[in-house]
Amino acid sequence: MLLPFFEWCETVWLGRMVVGSLWLFPVIEAVHLLALSVLGGAIFLVDLRLLGTGLKHRTAEELWRESRPYLIGAIVVMFATGIPLFLSESIKCYYSNSFWVKMTTLPFAIAFAFTIRAGTVTESVRNTARRQKLVGALSIALWLTVAAAGRWIGFS
Amino acid sequence: MSLLAFCEWLAATENSTALRESLFMYPLVESSHVMFLLLFVGLTVMLDLRLLGIAMRHLPVSELVDRILPWVRAGFAVMLFTGVLLFFAIPVRTYQSVWFRGKVILLILAAFNIWYFHYRVYPQRAAWDSDARPPWVVRRAGLASIILWFSIIVAGRFIAYNWFDCDIQPQPAFVNWFAGCVVPATD
Repeated sequence: MLLPFFEWCETVWLGRMVVGSLWLFPVIEAVHLLALSVLGGAIFLVDLRLLGTGLKHRTAEELWRESRPYLIGAIVVMFATGIPLFLSESIKCYYSNSFWVKMTTLPFAIAFAFTIRAGTVTESVRNTARRQKLVGALSIALWLTVAAAGRWIGFS
Repeated sequence: MSLLAFCEWLAATENSTALRESLFMYPLVESSHVMFLLLFVGLTVMLDLRLLGIAMRHLPVSELVDRILPWVRAGFAVMLFTGVLLFFAIPVRTYQSVWFRGKVILLILAAFNIWYFHYRVYPQRAAWDSDARPPWVVRRAGLASIILWFSIIVAGRFIAYNWFDCDIQPQPAFVNWFAGCVVPATD
């Protein structure tokens, strides 16, 4: 059912341009990876704190406020680079399990960061240390799954 | 024994062959390398942005160094371990890769930058620890670190591409020299 859509994706000019170049795919992929590292920094700054380590003399809320622009910026760059990469090999992605793992976890990871996690960083009786630890661990697990599944697309 | 001969010997060992030909272990090591990139380079860049006076400007630099550097070190340890395994799986081609050699040079430069910051800049932190925008000598170290680690990521990613591989000839003379290719005489 989705296959015709993926077949259409592969005909889009942006993907064709990437396929037609020897350098474009690797260069875009490298920028994708650079943004991933920045995303990692933004994520870990808060999640380590939620786990009760890292910058533990600061509130998680303060670290979330500081790191949020970098998280958003990294996500924007990752979409801007990820979409042309996808368009260049949509049909391969359709048949890749890793791609589907990534596309299922990614919306969760993003939604989780800006809803549940953003609500857990505040100082409130509801946000017990145990709850914060759970949210921090879940956040790390989600993003690392996205990263590993993304890398794994290249192995299929 | 030359380094090339050593790599050839390494490639012929049972364990190297097993890792190279494994269906899951090699991708697993490779994706671990990527996962710990988030921890290691991510937190390094955050630290550098503080040195540059861009992020977390109201936090003392020493607080970040004390609380974040242990995690950076742990992340680096895993990156080094998984990186050595990746080299071990494909020794000869990696050793003769211009990207790998470039990456090693950049790693040495990064190590020098760390040494310089730690022993020449950081001991004077009392003068600038809480500055929103630290002096140029501090910002310079942060800037160099970001540029170097970003370049290391790019060089590392490009090892996977075979544009300049020794078995694809002819290559420019510089490539063959830098990669240490053993090119048979043409006539």
